[in-house]
Amino acid sequence: MAEGENEVRWDGLCSRDSTTRETALENIRQTILRKSECLRLVKETPHRPSDGLSNTESSDGLNKLLAHLLMLSKRCPFKDVREKSEFILKSIQELGIRIPRPLGQGPSRFIPEKEILQVGSEDAQMHALFADSFAALGRLDNITLVMVFHPQYLESFLKTQHYLLQMDGPLPLHYRHYIGIMAAARHQCSYLVNLHVNDFLHVGGDPKWLNGLENAPQKLQNLGELNKVLAHRPWLITKEHIEGLLKAEEHSWSLAELVHAVVLLTHYHSLASFTFGCGISPEIHCDGGHTFRPPSVSNYCICDITNGNHSVDEMPVNSAENVSVSDSFFEVEALMEKMRQLQECRDEEEASQEEMASRFEIEKRESMFVFSSDDDEVTPARDVSRHFEDTSYGYKDFSRHGMHVPTFRVQDYCWEDHGYSLVNRLYPDVGQLIDEKFHIAYNLTYNTMAMHKDVDTSMLRRAIWNYIHCMFGIRYDDYDYGEINQLLDRSFKVYIKTVVCTPEKVTKRMYESFWRQFKHSEKVHVNLLLIEARMQAELLYALRAITRYMT
Amino acid sequence: MEKMSRVTTALGGSVLTGRTMHCHLDAPANAISVCRDAAQVVVAGRSIFKIYAIEEEQFVEKLNLRVGRKPSLNLSCADVVWHQMDENLLATAATNGVVVTWNLGRPSRNKQDQLFTEHKRTVNKVCFHPTEAHVLLSGSQDGFMKCFDLRRKDSVSTFSGEAIEAGPWEWVMVRWVPAHPVPSCILRIHHSFAHGLTRDAESRANEAQESWGCPVYPLGLCSGPQAGQSESVRDVQFSIRDYFTFASTFENGNVQLWDIRRPDRCERMFTAHNGPVFCCDWHPEDRGWLATGGRDKMVKVWDMTTHRAKEMHCVQTIASVARVKWRPECRHHLATCSMMVDHNIYVWDVRRPFVPAAMFEEHRDVTTGIAWRHPHDPSFLLSGSKDSSLCQHLFRDASQPVERANPEGLCYGLFGDLAFAAKESLVAAESGRKPYTGDRRHPIFFKRKLDPAEPFAGLASSALSVFETEPGGGGMRWFVDTAERYALAGRPLAELCDHNAKVARELGRNQVAQTWTMLRIIYCSPGLVPTANLNHSVGKGGSCGLPLMNSFNLKDMAPGLGSETRLDRSKGDARSDTVLLDSSATLITNEDNEETEGSDVPADYLLGDVEGEEDELYLLDPEHAHPEEPECVLPQEAFPLRHEIVDTPPGPEHLQDKADSPHVSGSEADVASLAPVDSSFSLLSVSHALYDSRLPPDFFSALVRDMLHFYAEQGDVQMAVSVLIILGERVRKDIDEQTQEHWYTSYIDLLQRFRLWNVSNEVVKLSTSRAVSCLNQASTTLHVNCSHCKRPMSSRGWVCDRCHRCASMCAVCHHVVKGLFVWCQGCSHGGHLQHIMKWLEGSSHCPAGCGHLCEYS
Repeated sequence: MAEGENEVRWDGLCSRDSTTRETALENIRQTILRKSECLRLVKETPHRPSDGLSNTESSDGLNKLLAHLLMLSKRCPFKDVREKSEFILKSIQELGIRIPRPLGQGPSRFIPEKEILQVGSEDAQMHALFADSFAALGRLDNITLVMVFHPQYLESFLKTQHYLLQMDGPLPLHYRHYIGIMAAARHQCSYLVNLHVNDFLHVGGDPKWLNGLENAPQKLQNLGELNKVLAHRPWLITKEHIEGLLKAEEHSWSLAELVHAVVLLTHYHSLASFTFGCGISPEIHCDGGHTFRPPSVSNYCICDITNGNHSVDEMPVNSAENVSVSDSFFEVEALMEKMRQLQECRDEEEASQEEMASRFEIEKRESMFVFSSDDDEVTPARDVSRHFEDTSYGYKDFSRHGMHVPTFRVQDYCWEDHGYSLVNRLYPDVGQLIDEKFHIAYNLTYNTMAMHKDVDTSMLRRAIWNYIHCMFGIRYDDYDYGEINQLLDRSFKVYIKTVVCTPEKVTKRMYESFWRQFKHSEKVHVNLLLIEARMQAELLYALRAITRYMT
Repeated sequence: MEKMSRVTTALGGSVLTGRTMHCHLDAPANAISVCRDAAQVVVAGRSIFKIYAIEEEQFVEKLNLRVGRKPSLNLSCADVVWHQMDENLLATAATNGVVVTWNLGRPSRNKQDQLFTEHKRTVNKVCFHPTEAHVLLSGSQDGFMKCFDLRRKDSVSTFSGEAIEAGPWEWVMVRWVPAHPVPSCILRIHHSFAHGLTRDAESRANEAQESWGCPVYPLGLCSGPQAGQSESVRDVQFSIRDYFTFASTFENGNVQLWDIRRPDRCERMFTAHNGPVFCCDWHPEDRGWLATGGRDKMVKVWDMTTHRAKEMHCVQTIASVARVKWRPECRHHLATCSMMVDHNIYVWDVRRPFVPAAMFEEHRDVTTGIAWRHPHDPSFLLSGSKDSSLCQHLFRDASQPVERANPEGLCYGLFGDLAFAAKESLVAAESGRKPYTGDRRHPIFFKRKLDPAEPFAGLASSALSVFETEPGGGGMRWFVDTAERYALAGRPLAELCDHNAKVARELGRNQVAQTWTMLRIIYCSPGLVPTANLNHSVGKGGSCGLPLMNSFNLKDMAPGLGSETRLDRSKGDARSDTVLLDSSATLITNEDNEETEGSDVPADYLLGDVEGEEDELYLLDPEHAHPEEPECVLPQEAFPLRHEIVDTPPGPEHLQDKADSPHVSGSEADVASLAPVDSSFSLLSVSHALYDSRLPPDFFSALVRDMLHFYAEQGDVQMAVSVLIILGERVRKDIDEQTQEHWYTSYIDLLQRFRLWNVSNEVVKLSTSRAVSCLNQASTTLHVNCSHCKRPMSSRGWVCDRCHRCASMCAVCHHVVKGLFVWCQGCSHGGHLQHIMKWLEGSSHCPAGCGHLCEYS
């Protein structure tokens, strides 16, 4: 960082005190003005080759600042900061310096921006949430903006994440972010990787580590294997994995550190699922979130910037929806009818024991073959892949070969009784936080389904939850897996399966093709269920292995 | 287990014998239950369901109830219970939600009797009525409890864990004859009627009763299509004493008390634990005593006979509590086992919640089921575990952690008092001995506390002795005064030193006063200070108004003079020294001083610098020393000072040694100040003129450092820290960070114990050590309530979001408070500090008129 005395301090902006924010902003403004002045001078004195490098460097630095300012002008929960940032940007523009503009269409590629809550129009409760989040991280990320569809959950989510990353815990701060990067990289989630690379550097992490796992300390490298297995085939975790980590002489992990790491890994695996599942766009201030290219008139992207953006490519979709509207209407009706039937006939015909057991096996086996046909379109891995090794290792491997997933019985090891106690013992308070988060996610309901009100959705939610656990081989003795087949149709299963197992392959088409009549908030709700169920499944396997190691 | 004892108990004819033993099962056990005859035990798990006979030497498998070719989930048991009236009757709860009853009297191999498939989720618990032959109760994950009559095919009543919500429920009304818990008539009631009923079930039931002319109780909430979001039931237990009562525990921490005849709502509900309540058990004899155990690692004993459930005892365990069982015949004993991490079984005396009375360590994995073998025999405990073993434990063979515990406790009081608690036997033995020689302290009171736990009377009774510092020691007044009056910053160094010297002198601490004066001489350019002024200050302190510019108080040095003499003589050129030393040598003999060990130290102080420079630098004034006058004050050190202090810079091992000293300093310094200090006496003086001749202040830094160490060591950490703060950069570099931090924390700790919050905060603020200065950065959040709506103000401190009013109004003058604001934590009203103080002098009620009795302290 060649910024020296010109370094900009953003942290003043996180203050809840408006005067502090104002001074901070004023400082930023002056720094930026000074910098741009310098830049202009350099430009005006022509051809000094020695300066060439520092020139690009300083303009890079300025551009970064401007990008950050742009982010603030859009995403800061404090109105004064938004306005002032915009004002600064304008005044810079008047100096003849190119300013960035946001790229993309709001926080999510799948959800039209107008559906998502605009910063500034939130109610008091949400504002408090936003302010908290902003104060903790200095930003309001796109994930938060999408999750705010469900403020109750968001609150718990942010609290947990804040505790995991910033509060008391056995692991040093840069380790935490690095583990986050490792976990997100397993799913090639460049969005999360970018975010945490910034945070990692901010808390004083060694930039060398970012060149690849082999540059990180041996201790973290040892975690790579667990990360890999946990992300793709958690059922293969054995106590030998745990033992290998805990007994590695000077590189060994302590139990408390390991639990912290496991919680972080599972958190970021599932968060990667959410990122892809909801099509989160890059942050404005990160790469790919903004552009300095002026909007060109000839290009179609003019409409992209002005206001319409989505309106153009939405049109065909809309018309497609119009065509199938009756179809999808039936979809909802049919689903509700099935739920009703299941409710009523449940007591009457009892499936035999064998039948029940085989239903689980069928569902488990089938879940492996549920895959979208457009398998091949793989998103470019970018430079994310360097954060992990063995890229070929994935969920797909085993499903293709029809590997047998052993059955894990929830009645023998469940989160409430066993996992919670273990986590809370080794990493105090986190058990409680995660427990609350699971509860909120599992019990969240508005008693609505698409256009219907007063619907009891517990059956549907349970089916989704258990289906995900079923994919991981986790079985509930007291659940009739036949219900899943009745309630979840194929396109929905494809979506769930992809989001949970190979999130990097989620496409907008998948997102749109399931539950067509449902609202976006409901689809986000589904995603919350997916990520929490996935996190619990991974945690269960990891914690069971730890328990086995301990006994 | 060396001593495998054999116990024989006669219990009304039947005789129980046995020893500690275990047997291997084929699979992990989930629950066990004992037959009425105490000779058989049933073990149930996911893939095991067997009955074992308990023989004298071993367990013998008697019956395998898991028959049939295909393993069925109905046989995957979460719980099992053996009827206490009927030896042939068993019930199991299956993980798939089925409740199965078993009749051992059936002639066929398959003993399965009845199958109830009403629960939608795993059944966690089944429980037979203690006296009624056909009544079975089950509690399930789906949030419902069901009461079954074994003579009927389905449940007679359902109890919902959740508050009843209005919805398309269907009601079944039943006439109940208490003696025979079989419904004599069942009536279905139409939705429209039922709807009203849900709102006011009781009055509707009364209506119905009148119209039908027979006692009618609403029974059974048959779940309609809309299953409520109820909390999972973890345990259900019939009361042993009350025929109709049962208790149920829930995943959200609640415990409910039900009347079996009233399924519409529970009799009582209270929150017992934070997190799931895994188990509960009624006391076999004391009516209304219920023990509950939860995930929050607590066992609580509740008295249910009072109007509100009262927590009587609370035992904190080290892991979540999976099962709890009262020990027969021992009123206050209960056994617990854990669900995770901890494999042992503990027996607690609830009145002694910190140490288990007994501990069984046989299992290698978590214990899942415990049962006392006979309801009237306290010595046999059976247990099943996930490690696939079944154990019989004998109480006599249990390990008793109490025996291994350290029964002594020791604590220092703020004013140097010492409290000491120990087992009475120890103290009794001690008191026979002579008191410690030379100890002027004596216990001021002596207390014997009898523990009510009779079985441990010998162990648990302890004696508490409190030793007080010698009366008339003056207490710690000087410490408080000094702390309050010292100036630490904000003025030039010279002024600060003078001020502090004055304070010390006024408190009669002349040594300290002289130290301050010296510091001032060392560090302030002497030219700046008028000579007269200096003279004045010295003249005041010293009894002799001699024309000395300054004087060192060498009272510390006095005892060391002997050794000094030797050294100096060897040097052979200190003329004036000799005179002085001769005179003070007599002084020492006169003084009859015993503390020779400490003597080297102060001498080294002197030598440390004398050697480094020309002797002429010091003009030692022999006339000054009058041997007749008792000027020389010897510090009465409680423990001898160490030699190393001066010569070697303190290494880490010294730090270790010193670690305690500043903490106990309260008393030590106290003792030091006991001796009357009448006047200070200068043995050595530095000529102003000579000092002026180029002696950089750095020159003294070693001396000052040693001085600080000396004070800290002596127990006066206050002085060390004060000097450190005032001199700041000048000495900081000479003292290692860790020591500084240690001094700071000790001093702050002392200040806080004396409630000198302001001073302590000032010290924190002025400290340069990072670890210390961050002390007042932590937990700076103040949670305030709005004074209008009484709700917490979350976002901003002074304006309430809800009532949009400024919350910081003074309740007395009704103006906005700027500056010091004091408010009552009870009613959230407050105002200007002065106003509130004045108001509360005259009235004890809140000035806002809310009627709250505010307290101001």
